[in-house]
Amino acid sequence: MEAYKRVALARKKTRPTGQDFINNIFTDFIELHGDRYFGDDPAVITGIGYLLDMPVTIIAQERGKNTKSRIKRNFGSSHPEGYRKALRQMHLAEKFNRPIVCFIDTSGAFCGIGAEERGQGHAIAQNLMEMMSLKVPVISIIIGEGGSGGALALGVADEVWMLENAIYSVISPEGCASILWKDPSKTKEAANCLKLTAQDLLELEVIDEIISENHRDFKNVYRELKLNLYKRFRKSQILSPEILTQTRYNRFRKFGALDITK
Amino acid sequence: MISKGLFKKPKNELEDHHWVKRQSDPAIPSELCRSCPSCKQLSFTSDLDNNFHICPKCGYHFRINGRQRLNMIIDPGSFTEHHQNLISTNRLEFPGYEEKLEQATLFSHENEGVITGIGKIGGYDVALFVMEVTFMMGSMGQVVGEKITLLFEYATEHHLPVIGFTVSGGARMQEGLLALMQMAKTSGGVKRHSDAGLLYIAVLTDPTTGGVTASFAMEADITLAEPEALIAFAGPRVIEQTIRQRLPKGFQRAEFLLEKGFVDGIVPRNLQKDTLIRLLSLHSIPKGGDDHGSL
Ligand SMILES: [Zn+2]
Repeated sequence: MEAYKRVALARKKTRPTGQDFINNIFTDFIELHGDRYFGDDPAVITGIGYLLDMPVTIIAQERGKNTKSRIKRNFGSSHPEGYRKALRQMHLAEKFNRPIVCFIDTSGAFCGIGAEERGQGHAIAQNLMEMMSLKVPVISIIIGEGGSGGALALGVADEVWMLENAIYSVISPEGCASILWKDPSKTKEAANCLKLTAQDLLELEVIDEIISENHRDFKNVYRELKLNLYKRFRKSQILSPEILTQTRYNRFRKFGALDITK
Repeated sequence: MISKGLFKKPKNELEDHHWVKRQSDPAIPSELCRSCPSCKQLSFTSDLDNNFHICPKCGYHFRINGRQRLNMIIDPGSFTEHHQNLISTNRLEFPGYEEKLEQATLFSHENEGVITGIGKIGGYDVALFVMEVTFMMGSMGQVVGEKITLLFEYATEHHLPVIGFTVSGGARMQEGLLALMQMAKTSGGVKRHSDAGLLYIAVLTDPTTGGVTASFAMEADITLAEPEALIAFAGPRVIEQTIRQRLPKGFQRAEFLLEKGFVDGIVPRNLQKDTLIRLLSLHSIPKGGDDHGSL
């Protein structure tokens, strides 16, 4: 399938959102709000729930399902408060020794006056740094659109999984076409060049696993995620925090370390 | 040979560029005078050279390249460059990227968008990085990310403070997700250096944006900025397109970030070295002997 078709599928309005994944994978979910500095960002849902018998911290970007909720959720584009709220929950997870699951689905961190004056760059940077040394297991799953730094801010994990029709990109294909070629009609070409599909990213080792989407039936996806997450967290429970953080560091350290020296 | 106007300015959405050419290049005829982009007054190039490339009339900081900045900060003869031969390859086979890299190398006389190494500032041993605006707008690809991470790892191992000058248009889109991953990688390097109890001072210069702002530029213990430097996650044009309104004057400039609490201080170029020396002293950084870090 050509890359731009995946882009369209990843952005499809009927595609399940973060809240659907929470509802279908976890039980007894309790949402916890706010960043304790400025406000509560509805573009990110955070809380705790059970993964089978295991309490876990859940962080999910939420695009919204209809016009009204999309506006409320700012179409899944976080302000700095969304990242700070996520980080607060991650630190609580660390304190109470709970694994963390992040669901990524955003076209990017919001570009606006409030976002900038409250430190969008700073908020993302702090998450990257802090996630690197979290002493509990972290799995991030790209369920729809993984838009650049706004996605990576929840993506510094032990393993990064991706749904078959999700995308993950340094810039939107539209942005790439207009900045690089000054030609918005080259969006499809840009989508190909950016290597943003799950298959491309598995080959580049940016992601560790592709979750297949059979027959547009997300029941299978939820079931597979539930089992895989449980198995993965059980496995990492025996690892010391030192090994956990060292492995996470190495996972990101490897990008560009080997193939650039001539 | 390079002649004026042969190379177009790097295509980037950010603002106008006011390049200061390297005086050392004989192929570029030295201009006698330069006009200040801010107050439009003419200044003798030699006066600007002797004044940290600051407009004597209005204080405007002309953009300078990495080597010029290095020479202003580091004790003469004390700098040892690291990994200067790392060059980028086009792993994603992105159309036109090799040509862009070739142009950037010719234009900047550098192999990549950052210079790293060790040296002395006022006698203090430091690990230093200086980003290079003339190499594809200092955009961060794998080599930039690797050199910065290697520097933080070296500094952690040798217990050195890191001083870093940032200038960047953000992640380099021709390297796709591998460029984005550099944000996480460099942040990991900064975190380990920080956890080892070591000092990192960042000096943000015009412009520092995108993926660099959202990673190591905003992770320092002490964050300084040059007057009027644009410091942003999303550039002003992107924001204007998103919200469809004009931005207030001074938005995302260093003074604005100071007011909002995101930088510790604004330090003009002529005071930067002195300020760094005082900060290093206040952190009880040991002064090194002559055997370390000299050429
Ligand atoms: Zn002036």
